[in-house]
Amino acid sequence: MTSTPAVPTTSEPARRRSLWARIRGRQGRNLWFALFVTPFVVGLLVFVYIPIVWSAYLSFFDARATIRPTTFVGLANYEYLLSDPLFRNSMMTFIVFAIFIVPVTYACSLGLALMLDNVGRFRAFFRSVFFIPTACSYVVAAMVWRLSFFNGARFGLINSLLTTLGFNGVDWLGGTNSWYWVALVSLRLWLQVGYYMILLIAGLNQIPVDTYEAAAIDGASGWRRLRHITLPQLRSTTAAVQMLLLIGAFQAFDEFYNMMSTAGSYPPYARPPLVHLYMISVGGSQQDLGLGGAGTMILTAIIVVFGLAQNWWVTRADRRQA
Amino acid sequence: MSAATSASRMVRGRAGRVGHIVKIVFLALLAVLFLLPFYIIFRNAFTSDAGFVSPQWKWVPDNLSPSVITGLFSDTDLDLAGAMMHSAIQSVGQTVLTVAVSFIAGYGLARFQNRAAGVILKLTVLTLMVPAAVTFVPSFIMTSEFGWIDSYRGLIIPVMFSAFATYLFRQSLLGFPTELEEAAELDGANPWTVMWRVVLPNSMGIVAAVSTITFIGAWNAFLWPLLVARDNTMTIQLTLSRFMTSQGVDYAQLFAGALVAIVPVVIVFLFLQRYLVQGMTTSGLD
Repeated sequence: MTSTPAVPTTSEPARRRSLWARIRGRQGRNLWFALFVTPFVVGLLVFVYIPIVWSAYLSFFDARATIRPTTFVGLANYEYLLSDPLFRNSMMTFIVFAIFIVPVTYACSLGLALMLDNVGRFRAFFRSVFFIPTACSYVVAAMVWRLSFFNGARFGLINSLLTTLGFNGVDWLGGTNSWYWVALVSLRLWLQVGYYMILLIAGLNQIPVDTYEAAAIDGASGWRRLRHITLPQLRSTTAAVQMLLLIGAFQAFDEFYNMMSTAGSYPPYARPPLVHLYMISVGGSQQDLGLGGAGTMILTAIIVVFGLAQNWWVTRADRRQA
Repeated sequence: MSAATSASRMVRGRAGRVGHIVKIVFLALLAVLFLLPFYIIFRNAFTSDAGFVSPQWKWVPDNLSPSVITGLFSDTDLDLAGAMMHSAIQSVGQTVLTVAVSFIAGYGLARFQNRAAGVILKLTVLTLMVPAAVTFVPSFIMTSEFGWIDSYRGLIIPVMFSAFATYLFRQSLLGFPTELEEAAELDGANPWTVMWRVVLPNSMGIVAAVSTITFIGAWNAFLWPLLVARDNTMTIQLTLSRFMTSQGVDYAQLFAGALVAIVPVVIVFLFLQRYLVQGMTTSGLD
């Protein structure tokens, strides 16, 4: 700023232009960046982040059939849920379910991926066959499993095979025993194994050939090759696959709902947390959105804790090397 | 890799070849098992009630007549044609919008390196850990606040901002050769034109992959439509589910419905799975 009267009038817009120029970035790159990412970021904030925050807010209120609650209840919703035997059972059951289904699905997918690795000219055919259940919905799969494979009547596929072999039929989904887990787990495996097999094949293809050649020269056996080359090299894919499987396990809803429920009511056993939350907050007559919000928070916390623990477990060897 | 493995197979000689045959037989049996549910759908759709409840399981359908399918569409109570229509609008709409928004954002995140891009990428990856289904209660509240219940807006918009799709596009576009883009920029094209005219036409593989995965997910979606859809937007999965869990099921009709419901998605899948495999292979997950 100089003493001549004309200059101050020009310096103000000049400074503003420089701020504007900074926002725009070189050749307006920041503006272009904003143009590209804004639709997605706004959508993510409005439809993912705001609902989570809103739900956290509702979880501290008595919000029965209202979303503008006035009665602050503190942690009462959390206390209620954590002392509710149905919710506790469902949480415990699904922690066990996740601990079981994640490694089993991973092992099956990896087994298929490894077998298809050197199967020669049938490779593409088998890959397609194992992959195609991905196209089927849980609803349709549940129909086949519930009404044909695991139909408790004599004309169910497995029961009629059992009868032919001289055994008694089993009441698969009736709830008088725990056989329904066979149906639920086999359905999930059928639907998921192929998808994760493809991801693992992608991971296997990234392992450099010469590491195997070196191992072959050293005379490493198949098992040692798997243990000391394949699995360590596959670690980042493994971490991603197991994380997706874990989230999927806690997210279970479709096949449970369609296999176990009858006319809108769901039995108290084999009840996924999401089904329970659906029943108390939206689907049933209770319409308790405060409880639903609290349940969402608890479930999210459990997924995050398990995810971190799993990540720590998968990457433990990296830390040991470091 | 195939060279190395076939070499080791040669070293193993006859035992290796026997092992190979055993493996093929095992895989073939497994393949039969994997395809069995699809055959069961077909078998049940074209089996009469008497054949269905016969205590001796019948593998061959005994009611192979086209009236099974035509009768399905003329049943106004079921309104299968309407449900197919709703599902088609919902899944095609969601696929187009998701791919458009995610591709643009993925390109922005891959090509512009600044602090905001880092933060946005972190926010995106974080939501992969907390999937939409877990937050269905708050999303549902939000959607009903907007008055979007029983509308395509409600079915599509809250679930179309896919962190997964954006992340896949970003990973894949990181490997796009920048020379091509720079050449176009020298010719005076702005970043939008570069993306639209240069990057997009050369990325159809990953676009096809993400489209396939989004379409399958949307067509097969159950929980979100269960919350949002009512009579005007009832999707095919909901129709089948309600039909199945109600009392007194007409088995043949139900499975004929399932057959009709899986045909579009299996066709899409068979035509585009090559891209899906390629896209997942090149973009990776890590």
